Amino acid sequence: MLLSIDWIFIIEKCILIAVIIGISLVVAMYETWAERKVAAIMQDRRGPNRAGVFGILQPMADGLKLFMKEEIIPNLSNRFLFVLGPGLAMLTAMMTSAVVPWSSHLDIKGRMVSLQVADINIGILYIFGVVSMGVYGIMIGGWASNNKFSLLAAVRGASQIISYELAMGLSFIALLMLTGTLSLRTIVEQQQDHLYNFIYQPLGFFIFLICAFAECNRTPFDLSEAENELNFGYHQEYSSMKLGFYLFAEYVNMFISSAVMATLFFGGYDIPFVNDISFGQQHGQNVLAILQGLSLFVKVGVFIFFFMWVRWTIPRFRYDQLMRLGWKILIPLALINMLATGFIILLRNNGWHL
Amino acid sequence: MSATQVLFWFLSVLAIFSAIMMVASKNPIHSVLWLIIVFFAISGHYVLLNAQFLAIVNLIVYAGAIMVLFLFVIMLMNLNADTEPQKNKWLKMAGVIAGGALLLVFVAALKNADLKNQLVQTNSGEIGLINNLGLSLFHDYVVPFEVSSVLFLSAMVGAVVIAKKND
Amino acid sequence: MQSLTNRSKQVERKPMTLWEKMYVPAIAKGMSITFGHMFKKKPTVNYPEKQRPFSPVFRGLHVLNRDEEGRERCTACGLCALACPAEAITMEAAERLPGEENLYREEKYAAKYEINMLRCIFCGLCEEACPKDAVYLSETFAPANYNRTTFIYRKEDLLIPDPKTQPAEYAKAKGNKL
Repeated sequence: MLLSIDWIFIIEKCILIAVIIGISLVVAMYETWAERKVAAIMQDRRGPNRAGVFGILQPMADGLKLFMKEEIIPNLSNRFLFVLGPGLAMLTAMMTSAVVPWSSHLDIKGRMVSLQVADINIGILYIFGVVSMGVYGIMIGGWASNNKFSLLAAVRGASQIISYELAMGLSFIALLMLTGTLSLRTIVEQQQDHLYNFIYQPLGFFIFLICAFAECNRTPFDLSEAENELNFGYHQEYSSMKLGFYLFAEYVNMFISSAVMATLFFGGYDIPFVNDISFGQQHGQNVLAILQGLSLFVKVGVFIFFFMWVRWTIPRFRYDQLMRLGWKILIPLALINMLATGFIILLRNNGWHL
Repeated sequence: MSATQVLFWFLSVLAIFSAIMMVASKNPIHSVLWLIIVFFAISGHYVLLNAQFLAIVNLIVYAGAIMVLFLFVIMLMNLNADTEPQKNKWLKMAGVIAGGALLLVFVAALKNADLKNQLVQTNSGEIGLINNLGLSLFHDYVVPFEVSSVLFLSAMVGAVVIAKKND
Repeated sequence: MQSLTNRSKQVERKPMTLWEKMYVPAIAKGMSITFGHMFKKKPTVNYPEKQRPFSPVFRGLHVLNRDEEGRERCTACGLCALACPAEAITMEAAERLPGEENLYREEKYAAKYEINMLRCIFCGLCEEACPKDAVYLSETFAPANYNRTTFIYRKEDLLIPDPKTQPAEYAKAKGNKL
């Protein structure tokens, strides 16, 4: 019995992965468009409106431009690592999507097809692990460019990500104590019956949100791309689609972290104000699954808009302010939040009711 | 051979090859990157043993944090193959002897261990699951756990003291 | 020092209160401002599709005018070239031959008339200097081009269309100014 594998299962997962990656890329493409549009309307401008209706073809034009540009690899750079950097950035950005439950499950001829690539029982930790890998794309790219500014930007970006990971983890822990599970699907299913976790963990959500900004290298935490201090940041020496990969990875990260926030704190694919199970029995499982997916995407869209809204409002932090916020404010706050949550859970377990 | 066995052999070869490359490569950055691949391979082994928590924590702590700090230091000190000093011949000999002695100890320790029957306990072990791990950590081993946290605290205090020395 | 306007504000360097230190209210305030701007009217005009009306004193590209019968008004007196502060205008005069009365109004006309639009500052002094009302500045822009020589406008480029044979084009080139 050589390689006895459930082939249908493998094919099903492969299709799912391809679809999710495709959707992530398309969403990332249109995030670049939406970013410019949001920036424009917040600054009383119109934004891209020449390529197609409302400039809807602008991302294609941008992508084509990036592909057509000359690819430059600096002479004294480390060639292999120089090419590896953007690839790693993209890879780690994509990998997180594996554990996000995009919807409940489809019913294809009696076979329940779960719309989640892998429901592992350490889902949140997996996200953590992948996020912490995300540092390598930045660091390797910055170092391999053989440029002082790139290296400085890479070190800045990496230390920022490591610092904010701590506060993020602590804000997670409070949530975990509440839900008692690490599986993202179970967390969503719990929220379907109860109120959203956001109600129970407002401070935890707030800390998580700030850390998500920092992890995605978005303004006001885009210290590794501070043009006026570091020329262009860690991707200064990159051109053509390698630069495109770095920029794209940022948008994919934004999409995925929005999805994670929606899943953890805002009920994931749960349709608000609707009893999903009875709805599914009325209209069929497939309709329910599609509507649930749409519901998740609406939530994700709101978060993405929020990311952009903040970007075009708040100026960049100074580096010492960034570190002070991370270490002296967010981590103590997260610790207090964790202790308070633990205290209340302990009280409730011992028969004290709110 | 089942799929898990194929994976097991692949991961083992990857781990050993990367470990050798880590020692053998001249460029310290390459060494660090090979070491990261070793951690990934070992995490893969943990997953095969159904110890998912260990696998991911191994990645987060070692590959995600400690190796990044290694990279920091190496990149900022700009170490590369040219600046590596020529080592003393006697030092090399001492290194070989020390490594060989460690290998001997490992072989001696593991020779009599009954590993044959549980060589690849794939997908059957329950101990690595986060539930069981948490229970045994906080019930059976709660005192060592707390002691190790005190150790970490003292390390943090020490680091702050060293950093503040100049004031 | 006495302030020129009454609007100067003294800088305060007192330590921030706890409320200010939280930053969150200030951030919320800023966010509400940017959100409000989403619903403001946009001053941008979609240029090629929509064009703003010219102001009555707008000075654009030059036009060499004709009279009602379609004859060139210019007599190549050179006053415009003299008046031009940027020295953008050159011309060569020629005498009207018999039989050309339907082309040129006076006995002398400009055989060659060039305006270098890269030098021109569109001040309108040529328009003021012209005794024959022959040159005036229209309501069009100088279009962009890749080649500098295309910006030297010859007489054929500058002449207004004939009002008799091409009345529509004539009216368009004339604009609302005259």
